[in-house]
Amino acid sequence: MTRTTRLPVRLLAATLLAPALLLSACASDGSAGGTATGSAPAATTDARPTPGGTLRFALGASPSGVDPQQVGSNVSIYIARQLADSLTDQDLETGEIVPWLARSWDVSDDLTTFTFHLRDDVTFSDGTPLTATTVKANLDALAGELGAVAPLAASYLAGYVETRVDDEHTATVVFAEPNAQFLQATSTVSLAILSDATATADPAERLQGKVVGSGPFVLESYTQDQGAVVTRRDGYAWPSALRENDGEAYLEKIQFTVVPESGVRAGGLASDQFDAVGDVLPQDVPQVDGAGGSVLTRTNPGVAFVLQPNVSAAPLDDVAVRQALNLAIDRQQLVDTVLSDAFEPATSVLASTTPGYTDLSDELRLDAAAAAQLLDDAGWVPGEDGIRAKDGERLSIDVVYAPLFTGSQAVLELVQQQLRAVGVDLVLRQVTPGDQQALLDSGDYDTYYYNVTRADADILRTQFSTTGRNINRRAADETLDPLLTEQLATGEPGARADLVAQAQAEIVEQGLAVPLFELAQSIGVAGDVHGVAFDASSRLLFHDAWIEQD
Amino acid sequence: MTLYVLRRVAAALVVLLAAFTVTFVVLYLLPSDPASIMLDAGTGGASVDPAQAEALRERLGLDRSPVEQYLSALGAAATGDLGTSYATGAPVTALIGQALPETARLTGLALLLAVAGGAGLASWASWTRSARLRGLLLALPPLGVAVPTFWVGLVLLQLLSFRLPVFPAVGNQGFASLVLPAVTLAIPLSATIAQVLAQGMRTAWAAPYVETALAKGATRTRVQVRHVTRNASLPALTLLGVVVGNLLAGAVVVETVFSRQGFGRLVQAAVTSQDIPVVLGLVLVAAAVFVVVNLLVDLAYPLLDPRTRAHLARSAA
Repeated sequence: MTRTTRLPVRLLAATLLAPALLLSACASDGSAGGTATGSAPAATTDARPTPGGTLRFALGASPSGVDPQQVGSNVSIYIARQLADSLTDQDLETGEIVPWLARSWDVSDDLTTFTFHLRDDVTFSDGTPLTATTVKANLDALAGELGAVAPLAASYLAGYVETRVDDEHTATVVFAEPNAQFLQATSTVSLAILSDATATADPAERLQGKVVGSGPFVLESYTQDQGAVVTRRDGYAWPSALRENDGEAYLEKIQFTVVPESGVRAGGLASDQFDAVGDVLPQDVPQVDGAGGSVLTRTNPGVAFVLQPNVSAAPLDDVAVRQALNLAIDRQQLVDTVLSDAFEPATSVLASTTPGYTDLSDELRLDAAAAAQLLDDAGWVPGEDGIRAKDGERLSIDVVYAPLFTGSQAVLELVQQQLRAVGVDLVLRQVTPGDQQALLDSGDYDTYYYNVTRADADILRTQFSTTGRNINRRAADETLDPLLTEQLATGEPGARADLVAQAQAEIVEQGLAVPLFELAQSIGVAGDVHGVAFDASSRLLFHDAWIEQD
Repeated sequence: MTLYVLRRVAAALVVLLAAFTVTFVVLYLLPSDPASIMLDAGTGGASVDPAQAEALRERLGLDRSPVEQYLSALGAAATGDLGTSYATGAPVTALIGQALPETARLTGLALLLAVAGGAGLASWASWTRSARLRGLLLALPPLGVAVPTFWVGLVLLQLLSFRLPVFPAVGNQGFASLVLPAVTLAIPLSATIAQVLAQGMRTAWAAPYVETALAKGATRTRVQVRHVTRNASLPALTLLGVVVGNLLAGAVVVETVFSRQGFGRLVQAAVTSQDIPVVLGLVLVAAAVFVVVNLLVDLAYPLLDPRTRAHLARSAA
């Protein structure tokens, strides 16, 4: 009754038409990639936080579980991250690693041993204390059998030898090889520290809710495909140095509900059925704004959305063709036309929020003339239908993509138009998320479209080294591979950043990736909700969050 | 009669076995690999390590031959054990047990609304003497079938949840949360029922016994209720057996739009993640529901139609 009860015709028409526009958004609109690194857009801080209340949050997709160490999708982590703390935390502005459960740490010069000095006042929600033995139990499990179902954590622990318990509150983690990414990895939710009992519990039961952490919230209930409720942990007093609130969380409860339909999330926020919602699509932003709410956004660190070419087969075995693709794409237009203000055009293979990112916007400029020149010189001449050809072969390439991110199809259709302007035919091949792995293994693709979130530049090694997944299907080389291996053995931040910058330049110069845009998280929050924050991996944190009480 | 029921039960078991087998074969033939999907866990393929995938396949029993996998799954299913979900580790029977009552409430109310709405509309259209009103009423069913379910759902949400806060937009809590989804689900179904029933009623009104009844002084209303409806309801009843299957399919869309827990959401999630044990369990349950409903429909015929009663009595003898 707060709004008009007599619906004017225009309003009615708009109401009837709106759902039709959402047609494409009906099925799944989870954001692509795993995670994001985040900053809390500073809420209006002149008001004093008031404790109490329940925050109702609408998740855009179903979580796969609530075990911090096993889950990988954003929505799962929105819940799981509240339950557990990590050894360290990462500043989302600077990328700096700061204390959390560990007061301090020492890293050996060769980057193989990491000694953590733990806080001595931390307890898990079952009352057991955090000790060096707990850390050992967690890492041993993840490096062992649990690793099979906790792949992210296992990949961070590659080369793990052991964890030594030096004394009750000192643990030393030893690797066989230098592991420069490990310290950042300890700040991620995948390496969150859970209680001793949880570390040895059955993985499937953990996923369903048998998890005990030391976080600011405790799991009250979790229902598959439906949602979860978490309640405030009494006596919580060990947040990371980055949190403003150094005591118990303000919110009494957070109620997560899975709401797959984006229009329903936005409508629910506007009609006060939710206090905050995930995955706000561009077309829903006006509704959130109109209801006095705001949309918080943050770019995901890691590999931006790219086309990654398969260089083992024609025509993309020709470096000139790959370079031409990079010059033919108008990245700003992608963002302006089919995405929203929340998104940024890619200016490197890494997203701009990734520590070690380097700006290559010059190399990734739009220069259709230069692209055409490259193709001309490579012997690709315009054919009758406007598509270039060489020796009777049309310059037609395909792109394999899974519609994990809602905007993907529109983006790729625009890329298709842009490439067509220089005489390249792009064929879209949509696959299900489940099928893409099999397709990648088969090698039957020209380019693969995806993104990966990670707040450490080591993600380049995973995605571009010939010893990694080798999506490029290229032979080992003397330039890029050594750079990617060497950065993992380089502790000095400046020197490591140099290597990572060289690697990015090399990837772009060789056309081993055609970066398009940077994925961003967009979270709608009601006007009376404050302090909802992103962490450095762009997952949400609710420890500082509060709701104005009447 | 007993023999008839026993024969029907035996046929039902064959249907269930066939559904189970075909589903298993289809899932097995899909090119993707459940272990990789699990490991991927929404990370866009960042984290699938072949060695881990192999270990996981072994843990899930996916490294065995397809025949072995089929037989062990079938054997367990025969004893009521549908296995555990690959994706969540929860027992399949528990997942379905949780989801089914929610969907039963939803489809039950939708069915009720659909039958009431469809029968009401058809009766009104056949009873009225106004040609214009009849034309208008009979134009509604095609419209009801034509509009997409999710669109109807979103319009109802906009009007009765977002603009006028009458019903909650999401969830399974209480009767209020059931109203909009059930109405949404009922619309196409009631339209189908109305169409078939109206056709039958038109035929019945032209039948000689109607003329006789009218000649004996029965009112139009009495003829409509006592004679026309009963005679015209047989085709609609047959149809009902088929459309209950549509209700389960419609639940996928409706439960997604209204964020309800239930059978449809479970189907959608299990198929997306190629969660073979869950999909198999769902197919079994859906097939069982379908078989039971059709059996009930067949058993209801004799109650409505003396001719089938006589036929049954002869065949049982």
